[in-house]
Amino acid sequence: MSDLNILLAGFGGQGILFTGKVIAYSGMMDGQEISWLPSYGPEMRGGTANCSVCLSDNKIGSPLVVNPDVLVAMNLPSLEKFENDVVPGGLIIVDSSIISKKVERDDVNVVYIPAAKIAEDNGLKGAANMVILGRMFKETKFCSEDSLDKGLKKSIPPKKEALLENNLKAIKLGIES
Amino acid sequence: MGERVLMKGNEAIAEAAIAAGCRHFFGYPITPQTEVAAYMSKRMPKVDGVYLQAESEVASINMVLGAGAAGVRVMTSTSSPGVSLMAEGISYIAGSDVPALIINVQRGGPGLGGIQPSQADYFQATKSTGHGDFHMLVFAPSTVQEMVDFVSIAFDLGDKYRMPAMILSDGMLGQMMEPVELPEARNPDNDSKDWAACGHKGKREHNVINSLYIQPQTLEDLVRARYEKYEKIKEEEQRAEEYLTEDAEIIVVAYGASSRVSRSAVDKARKEGIKVGLIRPITLWPFPEKTIAKYVDSAKKFLTVEMSMGQMVDDVRLAVNGKKPVEFYGRTGGMIPAPNEVYNKIVEMKGGVQ
Repeated sequence: MSDLNILLAGFGGQGILFTGKVIAYSGMMDGQEISWLPSYGPEMRGGTANCSVCLSDNKIGSPLVVNPDVLVAMNLPSLEKFENDVVPGGLIIVDSSIISKKVERDDVNVVYIPAAKIAEDNGLKGAANMVILGRMFKETKFCSEDSLDKGLKKSIPPKKEALLENNLKAIKLGIES
Repeated sequence: MGERVLMKGNEAIAEAAIAAGCRHFFGYPITPQTEVAAYMSKRMPKVDGVYLQAESEVASINMVLGAGAAGVRVMTSTSSPGVSLMAEGISYIAGSDVPALIINVQRGGPGLGGIQPSQADYFQATKSTGHGDFHMLVFAPSTVQEMVDFVSIAFDLGDKYRMPAMILSDGMLGQMMEPVELPEARNPDNDSKDWAACGHKGKREHNVINSLYIQPQTLEDLVRARYEKYEKIKEEEQRAEEYLTEDAEIIVVAYGASSRVSRSAVDKARKEGIKVGLIRPITLWPFPEKTIAKYVDSAKKFLTVEMSMGQMVDDVRLAVNGKKPVEFYGRTGGMIPAPNEVYNKIVEMKGGVQ
């Protein structure tokens, strides 16, 4: 893999920034160059929190993802805002338990996954982001399975280690979806 | 060197300062640099250091002057409007020949402006931070790793030349995370600062740290001596990175965040067969005019890219000295240019290259 530019977007509180961090750490464990850039300030209020993650074999230029290869949309405003920015042939992952609208473009690959519902049905409320991460891993293989595991462990601070197991479960559900 | 960890630029700056032996931090919170102060407030007490949130930026910078005058490594951190408030104090620090580190994580201006990334404080950092004839060392990191590395260099050179140093960063570099290797902790040689006002213990004449010189001749002599030092720094401390410049017909000059955008644009243009390269100033003062002068004959055109209405472009024009056209592309107010915007400008300029 050479370059993968990922844009994750949703409401504040859905774990968008954390998901980006897991992707970034996993890429790093794989020996890739990585960058993670959050939106901050007024953008964060009342709409979309988003996060740019770049993975590359080479030094990363602009860390701001303007035209993502992969868009993860976890709410409607995010899908509407970024749908047209995805590169042709790119991938859009939509949490279909939150967004009922369909992607209008026909030049991109789209995965609809009821991530929030899958998480809740399995007693993992709030882990929709990890379900989506699992699915994204399955679709793009952005790192090795071992690196994803290590990346997740790195992203969870020691004090919150108890959360590791549920996050792993949610990722697995995404991979199996 | 330890293992690579993911850190935000703002946190990496703080940890790097502690590793470089800084144990005195005075500041006041402001977006988008607040993480520096927040990190320091957690870490400083654990390393027997001082973290003090002052009542304002004016107070912070004067505390920095006091600690620096006592001969310890000291820093403050703020964002654009905060530097304006610190301007007087920075002038006093320069006029007192005291080393100190000032971090500016730039945001959009003027006035309260906005809180998104900007590079509109170039003039302020390199030309007119405060009143009077003086300069600061100014470093422009473009990665989180450089945020770490330049903190250490800025402290060392500030001590060496007895002058204030600034890291001119921006909201993008401050907020983003990249892998970094932190250096091993070290103790600075504060004891060698024989000019410091830290107690003479009856063993020597007392030192005076002061920027008031009522006799004009005395003041002129001091300022002239300082400018001789500045000439030496201009000779020895210019730093820049050159990327694909050897055969370049168009040379882009950009620093910090906009240099990363420009690098992406240069890569894209190269794929299209356009001979374009990038000079990335690392020191903004002293400005790396020698690096630019190297290419004045071989390049046909220069393009300066900034997140401002055009500030560093003046220094590029001075270095090019009228021998080649110097064009400008910029976004301001917190807008980050997309690589395609810079690429399009390069293509437009290529059309005019004979």
